[in-house]
Amino acid sequence: MGHTPSDTIAVVGAGVMGRSITALALGRGVHVVLVDVSEEVLGNARAEIAQQLRHGQFMGAFPGSPAPGTLTTTQSTSEVADAAVVIEAITEDASLKARVMADISSTVPAGVPLITNTSGIPIAELAKSVQRPAELAGVHFMNPAYLIEMVEVIRGPQTGDDAMAAILSVLERLGKKTVVVRDAPGFVTSRLLHPMINEAARVVAEGTASVEAVDRLMHGCLGHPTGPLRTADLIGLDNLADALRLLAERTGNLTFEPCELLMEKVRRGDLGRKTGRGFYDYGKVLS
Amino acid sequence: MSMDQAVTAEGIEQAITEFVSGRVKAEVPADEDLFASGLVSSMFAMELVVHLEQAFSVQILGDDLKRDNFRTVQAMTALVARLRGVEQPADA
Ligand SMILES: NC(=O)c1ccc[n+]([C@@H]2O[C@H](COP(=O)([O-])OP(=O)(O)OC[C@H]3O[C@@H](n4cnc5c(N)ncnc54)[C@H](O)[C@@H]3O)[C@@H](O)[C@H]2O)c1
Repeated sequence: MGHTPSDTIAVVGAGVMGRSITALALGRGVHVVLVDVSEEVLGNARAEIAQQLRHGQFMGAFPGSPAPGTLTTTQSTSEVADAAVVIEAITEDASLKARVMADISSTVPAGVPLITNTSGIPIAELAKSVQRPAELAGVHFMNPAYLIEMVEVIRGPQTGDDAMAAILSVLERLGKKTVVVRDAPGFVTSRLLHPMINEAARVVAEGTASVEAVDRLMHGCLGHPTGPLRTADLIGLDNLADALRLLAERTGNLTFEPCELLMEKVRRGDLGRKTGRGFYDYGKVLS
Repeated sequence: MSMDQAVTAEGIEQAITEFVSGRVKAEVPADEDLFASGLVSSMFAMELVVHLEQAFSVQILGDDLKRDNFRTVQAMTALVARLRGVEQPADA
């Protein structure tokens, strides 16, 4: 494509996270090949990424205002082969991820690190599906990835030094601060945040306080930036429920199972900001 | 909001005030600093940009896309009025 390979990253999955990671990279002058399974999703992704780039610029998230990278969207994973690093950001479903990781791993040459953006599936578990487990690590970007400065980096038991160094250098190029942790279900941030959101929803369901009151307390008393339920809407309630279920299965802690209020919203299709309504109403969806 | 009532600076200000107070569920004086009061989160800030563009058929580009232009209802009114070429009072 005329770019030096080191200037291009691949992102697989063009949902909430794939988009915001892509916007981050483009805003920092890095080219992106973005893969998803439908042309419709990719079309929506292109439009939203264009808005996110403006949003990032608006918030001063791209220091030095480099010329934005170019975006290539595709339905074919074979196009990721030339990237310097591949970031997997597909639906939080362990068997689906296993399949896609195996596919990516057989497409990219040795030496290209694989990153999973899973919220909490252990890296060791995903490593079973790839050809070179030493080249796989977790990088847990937060949404919106182009605004939140820090990422959680998960070093799996088999992750090698070379892959770690390469991944940390890509993250530095993207302007991210990093904290490296060991592998465990939910790592650190999802292990703490997801159950808190689940409990916040239970508090609302039990009638102790309204959605707004819960968030105002967590913000005003405890300094949480938005409150847990606004954060839930930003994450996407379907993804949150998936991640909680996986966390419950892998820790054996049944209180982590997504609570009824959360499930009810997911069944109704009220998935948070991405559908215009979750715990809060957002009016028209940002398109 | 209808475009008819929004062609004067006054109409623009009224329409923006309605939108902002509707979304933050609070009264919003035209000179209140929305960022300082924590009313406008970074996500909502961008929604404001998109909303103004759609509601007033303007494009907010380049140097206009800065937070100072969205800090207050007054500032947003001045921006929209300028982009639409509407007469503004000298102090707006
Ligand atoms: N939403 C968040 O705030 C957040 C934060 C950190 C990490 N994560 C994690 O990031 C990942 C993505 O989450 P999301 O919120 O973006 O989910 P999402 O549901 O918004 O998007 C997932 C995307 O993956 C696509 N996809 C599914 N199968 C695919 C395949 N075989 N090939 C290519 N694309 C495929 C879907 O079409 C969809 O567009 C998940 O692992 C999630 O747990 C999410």
